[in-house]
Amino acid sequence: MVATSLSRLLARLAALLGGVFALGPAGAITLPENRAEALAHAYDGDGVRATGPALLIRKSIADKVSLSGSYYVDMVSNASIDVVTTASPFKETRRAYTVGADYVERDTLISVSGESSTEPDYKARSLSVDVAQEVFGGMSTVSLGFTRGSDDVGQKLVGYFDTATHWQYRLGLTQVLTPRWLATANLEVVADEGYLGSPYRVARVFGAAVPERNPRTRTSRALKLGGVGSLDEKSAVYGSWRYFWDTWAVRAHTLEAGYRRYVREGWLADGSLRVVNQDAALFYSDNATAETRYITRNRQLASYSSIGVGAKLSAPLGKWAGSYAVTAHGGFERVMYRWRDFTDLRSGGRYRFDATVLQLYLTATY
Amino acid sequence: MRTIPLLALAALLGACAAPEPWVKPYERERLADPIMQLSGAATADKHREHVRVVREGARGATGVQGGGCGCN
Repeated sequence: MVATSLSRLLARLAALLGGVFALGPAGAITLPENRAEALAHAYDGDGVRATGPALLIRKSIADKVSLSGSYYVDMVSNASIDVVTTASPFKETRRAYTVGADYVERDTLISVSGESSTEPDYKARSLSVDVAQEVFGGMSTVSLGFTRGSDDVGQKLVGYFDTATHWQYRLGLTQVLTPRWLATANLEVVADEGYLGSPYRVARVFGAAVPERNPRTRTSRALKLGGVGSLDEKSAVYGSWRYFWDTWAVRAHTLEAGYRRYVREGWLADGSLRVVNQDAALFYSDNATAETRYITRNRQLASYSSIGVGAKLSAPLGKWAGSYAVTAHGGFERVMYRWRDFTDLRSGGRYRFDATVLQLYLTATY
Repeated sequence: MRTIPLLALAALLGACAAPEPWVKPYERERLADPIMQLSGAATADKHREHVRVVREGARGATGVQGGGCGCN
């Protein structure tokens, strides 16, 4: 009974949204395919090692609803510069669970998902709703999304002492330009309120360590424009530019470009380059020479540049157990971070490090 | 003399006509190839996004939904 009422409500909502956006004949928006993923991931850089598995299962019911569930683990061994210059290295584990449902009605896809992430001193929960609608004869897909996140912020030996709330608003457009080219535009606004720093991190004022003081609100915007184009039947290029700006005066440009090619039957190789350039927040200081209301020495809010070089390879392993089409994937990325205004207190020079990201995973469609 | 403004108005209205979809469904075969996908496996995308979000000040507009964490 409840399921029937919910189905009717979703159908009405889809029809309403369809009426708002419908500008052309029916297209062919579809449910995500039935799929399972098993990932082993690793990150090594800046004295931090994070490894773990991630699993995802997705299954459709009656060609209308697709249910999904995922599990993600980060086992972190942390001896980063922040930790070794102010505290002791530590180990901890973060576990995240996600459940979701996708519902398709004509040219509309409605997705609802919830996530819970837990680590010893931080709990985060979020709920997301997304709607994608094909319009203009299937040449354009407009998407709208909203996430509300609610966090409990804690500290070892103290317990949970504060909260943070996040609101994310997403707007996207995917546009078919020609039989060989697609363009994308995405805008995301994030508003945060609450405790937005780290209780463990310290700032420096006149060379002395003091607890950092962050504003309790932040609003950020990110605009990303991208495209992907087929060069011939075996290769494609893609690229994007993202501009980020927020009320803390952080500004960042991110450029990505890549090339994909079938190297043999079903084997797909991918090479990519990612460049980031970021300016510091207004209240960031490596070593402040004046007392201010807000002060941080958070590297994330400092001025830096990074260059990442990535490679991926996917290889089909054929059908397993008769109906599971299995593919093996490997991904590698080397990222070089260079700060302009963050001093390595151990050496006195500007801080820099290189990081390695590794992913090995199997996907199965059925 | 009256015909000139009428012709100009007709030309203006003609220019306002809604464009028709110019890439037909049967011309989109190449766009459906896996080589043209904008995103990869959900778990791998999420991991990559998490690695970046906890180290960079910029965030968002990536098409990947990430949950919160205290790792920054």
